[in-house]
Amino acid sequence: MQSPRGLILRRRGSNIASKLLGTAATLFGLSWLVWILIVTLLNGARALSPHIFTQITPPPGSEGGLANALVGSALMSILGVLIGAPLGIAAGTYLAEFAERRPVWRETIRFVNDILLSAPSIVLGLFVYTIYVRQVGHFSGIAGAIALALIVLPVVVRTTDETLRLVPNMMREAALSLGIPRWKVTMQVLYRAALPGILTGVLLGLARITGETAPLLFTALNNQYWSNNLDGPTASVPVIIFQFAMSPYDSWISLAWAGAFVVTIVVLVLSVGARAFLLKNRMDANA
Amino acid sequence: MTVSATVSPALGAEAAQARDRSASETRQDSLFRWVLLGAATLVLLVLGGAALSMLWGGRLAFQTFGWHFILSDDWDPVGRHFGAFVPIYGTLVSSAIAMLIAVPVSFGIALFLTEIAPGWLQGPIAAAIELLAGIPSIIYGMWGLFSFVPFMSDYVLPWVNDHLGPAPWIGVLFRGPPLGIGMLTAGIVLGIMVIPFISSVMRDVFRTVPASLKESAYALGSTTWEVVWKVVLPYTRSAVVGGIFLGLGRALGETMAVTFVLGNAHQLSASLLMPGNSIAATIANEFTEADSDLYLSSLIALGFLLFVVTLIVLAIARLMLHNLARREGR
Repeated sequence: MQSPRGLILRRRGSNIASKLLGTAATLFGLSWLVWILIVTLLNGARALSPHIFTQITPPPGSEGGLANALVGSALMSILGVLIGAPLGIAAGTYLAEFAERRPVWRETIRFVNDILLSAPSIVLGLFVYTIYVRQVGHFSGIAGAIALALIVLPVVVRTTDETLRLVPNMMREAALSLGIPRWKVTMQVLYRAALPGILTGVLLGLARITGETAPLLFTALNNQYWSNNLDGPTASVPVIIFQFAMSPYDSWISLAWAGAFVVTIVVLVLSVGARAFLLKNRMDANA
Repeated sequence: MTVSATVSPALGAEAAQARDRSASETRQDSLFRWVLLGAATLVLLVLGGAALSMLWGGRLAFQTFGWHFILSDDWDPVGRHFGAFVPIYGTLVSSAIAMLIAVPVSFGIALFLTEIAPGWLQGPIAAAIELLAGIPSIIYGMWGLFSFVPFMSDYVLPWVNDHLGPAPWIGVLFRGPPLGIGMLTAGIVLGIMVIPFISSVMRDVFRTVPASLKESAYALGSTTWEVVWKVVLPYTRSAVVGGIFLGLGRALGETMAVTFVLGNAHQLSASLLMPGNSIAATIANEFTEADSDLYLSSLIALGFLLFVVTLIVLAIARLMLHNLARREGR
């Protein structure tokens, strides 16, 4: 039998130890964030110059910029969101508003969507490769945009579904009691109420595809030259980073850092901005 | 109808108009519904289509090698023989290392965020940890290659060699040249990448524990740690396991970061310090080099295996998380 005093000391000791370890774990997690951001931003800032935005990717050993990759990334991301977001909003609306009579079907789609949300993006790239690139016969920016759209889709489905479910039922009842058809209620009443949440989802989806690399390797491939043709191989910043960072040339590695800087800034602005936007709207709604 | 026959003609026209309008509105409503249903069905089609298309794309490899595709460790593009044991092994081992690091750290962070930190600190710290999840994989890769790999080979691996290398049994895992790139480094980077996913699930489910349960334990004189270990954790067990599986699913499929730090070497070695390969890294590295149908098919077959494994892991994760949601009555 243990003495009561010893027992108390032991329990207090383990309590304090757990608190210290919990704090240490948090500092451990945060230190990686700080380390990664400092390394990326410092190296990137050093490599940054106006050429990045005006010149195209150079051959090995010479100077250049990332203009073609930046434009390629921007076009594919925008096209990806333009394809993925409307489909996601439509599917999310179905789940939240129109599936009440088919609960099993609804829960199945929610379940599958949640899986898709965490599925490896490389697999989605391979999927688009087999169904599109192989059939068409060549790599293209359009294929890249489709792959990115498949990554945006589940994010938007989830946020739309969740936001619409938060819209008070009173709004639906008030609108329907005026005899307005459901599609008009959805488009003109519910979407208006849920707009901040849906927009946040779209922004988060955009943030997610901004740094996506793996799916583009099999779909958009890469392009060292200026190209306005999205139906051909298209350069993108992440793929250029991958190619240049693994190379032995200093000028290429420096450009890879510049690319990493741009990608990190865009992603941070988008994801922090999306959350701040949502937070502000929630507070306005509560006020 | 009979009603319109008994009232004035003007009213009858109006009623007919209203009928027309309500009919056209019903049509529009059902059209709208079908469009939405189509979009929702697309979600199912993407998942099913991805699995089937990769099975179809990898059929040549599966037919040619059969079970040897999984069991053989001979990956030889020149000799046109493809056995995927090395990448499969690499994926499993690097993910296992990642989970060994991420699970205790995530638990610590969740503990800190729910029980230790003062209220004003919880939000900012949680947001900062979530930012870790937002950083793109390719950035982890570059940081890993240029910053973390040198750090590992200069400071960590020599120590590991000296202190863990001579240990019995497990020593063989930690002996090897301190290259920096390799299974251990990849596992650590993966661990960092999945910490935000696991810790945010843990934090969310810890918050769902009814206050009355915790207060009862405190009233009996429990310490904070005893409340967490004996009340909070048992109550949230299935969701915590779900969160861990969610992190595991992420780790298994992570591509770019691993590609940078794993070394792309098709050799099997017991040491965690040696370069290796993973399924995703193999596909990313070699896809553009695939010069024969069999090579390409083998890579797609690898993608199929990865997809099936992550699907199973993620499905388990969602089922475990779903149980908690239902108990809460949500």
